[in-house]
Amino acid sequence: MNRILEKRELNSTTVLLKLEAAEIAAKAQPGQFVIVRTGELGERIPLTIEDYDREAGTIQIVFQKVGAGTLLLGALKEGEMVTDVAGPLGVATHLDGYRKVAVVGGGVGCAIAYPQAKHLHGQGVPVDLIAGFRSKEIVILEEEMRRACDRLLLATDDGSYGQKGFVTDILREQIEVGAGYDRVIAIGPVPMMRAVCGVTKEYGIPTTVSLNPIMIDGTGMCGGCRVTVGGKVRFACVDGPDFDGHEVDFDELMKRNGSYREQEAEKKGHVCRLLGVE
Amino acid sequence: MADMAMEKNAMPVQAPEERRHNFEEVALGYTAEQAAAEAQRCLNCRTRPCVAGCPVNVDIPDFIAKLRAGQEEAAYESIARHSSLPAVCGRVCPQESQCEKNCVRGIKGEAVAIGRLERYVADRHNARAEKKVERPEPSGRRVAVIGAGPAGLTCAGELARQGHGVTVFESLHLAGGVLSYGIPEFRLPKSIVAGEIEGLKALGVEIRTNEVIGKLHSVDELFAAGYEAVFVSTGAGLPNFMGIPGEMLLGVYSANEYLTRINLMKAYRPEAETPLATVRRVAVIGGGNVAMDAARCAVRMGAEEVSIVYRRSEAEMPARREEVEHAKEEGIVFRTLTNPVEILGDEAGHARALRCARMELGEPDASGRRRPVAVAGSEFELEADTVIMAIGTSPNPLVKNTTPDLETDRRGCFVVDESMHTSKEGVWAGGDAVTGAATVISAMGAGKKAAAAICDYLQGK
Repeated sequence: MNRILEKRELNSTTVLLKLEAAEIAAKAQPGQFVIVRTGELGERIPLTIEDYDREAGTIQIVFQKVGAGTLLLGALKEGEMVTDVAGPLGVATHLDGYRKVAVVGGGVGCAIAYPQAKHLHGQGVPVDLIAGFRSKEIVILEEEMRRACDRLLLATDDGSYGQKGFVTDILREQIEVGAGYDRVIAIGPVPMMRAVCGVTKEYGIPTTVSLNPIMIDGTGMCGGCRVTVGGKVRFACVDGPDFDGHEVDFDELMKRNGSYREQEAEKKGHVCRLLGVE
Repeated sequence: MADMAMEKNAMPVQAPEERRHNFEEVALGYTAEQAAAEAQRCLNCRTRPCVAGCPVNVDIPDFIAKLRAGQEEAAYESIARHSSLPAVCGRVCPQESQCEKNCVRGIKGEAVAIGRLERYVADRHNARAEKKVERPEPSGRRVAVIGAGPAGLTCAGELARQGHGVTVFESLHLAGGVLSYGIPEFRLPKSIVAGEIEGLKALGVEIRTNEVIGKLHSVDELFAAGYEAVFVSTGAGLPNFMGIPGEMLLGVYSANEYLTRINLMKAYRPEAETPLATVRRVAVIGGGNVAMDAARCAVRMGAEEVSIVYRRSEAEMPARREEVEHAKEEGIVFRTLTNPVEILGDEAGHARALRCARMELGEPDASGRRRPVAVAGSEFELEADTVIMAIGTSPNPLVKNTTPDLETDRRGCFVVDESMHTSKEGVWAGGDAVTGAATVISAMGAGKKAAAAICDYLQGK
């Protein structure tokens, strides 16, 4: 059982939890995730480790309250226990040997891109962090991100904060003015990762994406998270979640992620009534 | 004088038309009278061939004699000396090819219903509120077991009985392995599995869930933490797919995923959060017990039509006869000598049909089974919105990949000697991780054998 040491509402739908998890903290690497379950009939949901502190024995997770599982997890209070936390899972992001990196995060994906930026920055590799949000109200972790990079380039779709536009606009601009990235790491919603890969492919910049398919066990025993990369079937939980973005079949991933849309809406409605939220 | 009836005492079962709509246990178990009557059929013969047929060598005539004398608890203790999971084995062992295959009564007529009697004895014991548990004198030695499936739990139980401190590391949130995520509730109620695991904990076995060895700790770190021996029983949980076009369509599952959603995550219960799509026409590919389990689950999830699609004929099906019969009674259609060559999708990317070839049996292959050969020009479409692949599994590579000095074969199975010792000092392995997908009881047999070798090793150390 893992105790919640700190809970922060980052915006109206996004929550950060700091959990007591000494063993996981001792092993965690940027890009790895945990599987979390709330309650005895809860589902197993994969959540990226946003940060870890080996000395304090803690890990942090950031998630959006979008479905039944995340709503129930988000309803837990400081001091309470999370029923199950298993990890660290997946292969850590490859972060060695780069000269200059653009880390691109979209929405809550910024929390997932943050550990890679922090690690590279800590190693002295020049990092631009390009963070995109729909609007000013939902911007998260701005201070943390600023500390984890050389330049934070922040954009909002509606221009209410930072530069107006999409992360792809900023990325293209930076490449055009000669930022000289030899690697782009893109993490966020599937359409955003696909769009980023479209840009980097034009310029021939190798691009790592962190995929977010549906998972159950997270240890390679069901294949629910299978994705097609370079024409081959891979299991994101054990072979990934990072893959070469130029090889990923994003259309297929989007379709597969919609598998349970109806059932998820139904369960969410049920949990909302249970928790008395709108 | 023994009861010389030729046939086994029948066990009551839920009627097919009723059980199609629920996940409750199909076979209801003997009453006290039925168990007593069946116990009378055992001849208590001197040759005891039944014992040799049991992979963990339960003293079968002994426990049946005690049952016959009305000493139910003594009968349980007799079984428990050899088996860590009697309520499970009595239910899921293929007795017809093990203990009961050798039974003298089976020469003329039916064998003694050893499995049903074992189940009866274990269920009666588990139903008792007060259980006497004698914890052995602690040896001060510690052993780590990786994986809480039948092999790991058996090994842990055996070691704990010798007083060794045992920690079982399980990656999922629940112990039991295939007993928890694979075999459905209607064949093996999860309360039975939980009861057996409680029994092991009472013996002193520590079970740590959510701990993925190969990720959270390596095998070498377990030694560094003070464990003197390690037993690897990580099973064969990596699902195989056919490699045919269309396997990425929505509605295509591995049997492991389908069964895990239902059994471990309880997707059949409306209040559980894990979703499962509603199904109309289901095709299950394969002919083993896993295929039968998946098909019978699909029936209970309300499918209109469920087919078993198998490339050989019914005679070659690896599933237990009883499971095939139960599946047929529940209305499952058997499409044998049929092999899928492609899964066809609709515009939304959802499976809509299987394109299949009709097969005929040719010459026997290396395994002795006649090789199925496609009939030219025989292809046809079978409507299916859900396709479940139950064509086998391979060993999970997580431990292998992080322990380079553990030798594995071409299929990824751990290589062991006759005492189940691996290529790495102090590390034993057993169960599906060594053999590839096999049976619960052979995994238990391996766990028991490894435990004996580990005890010898600790003693000589």
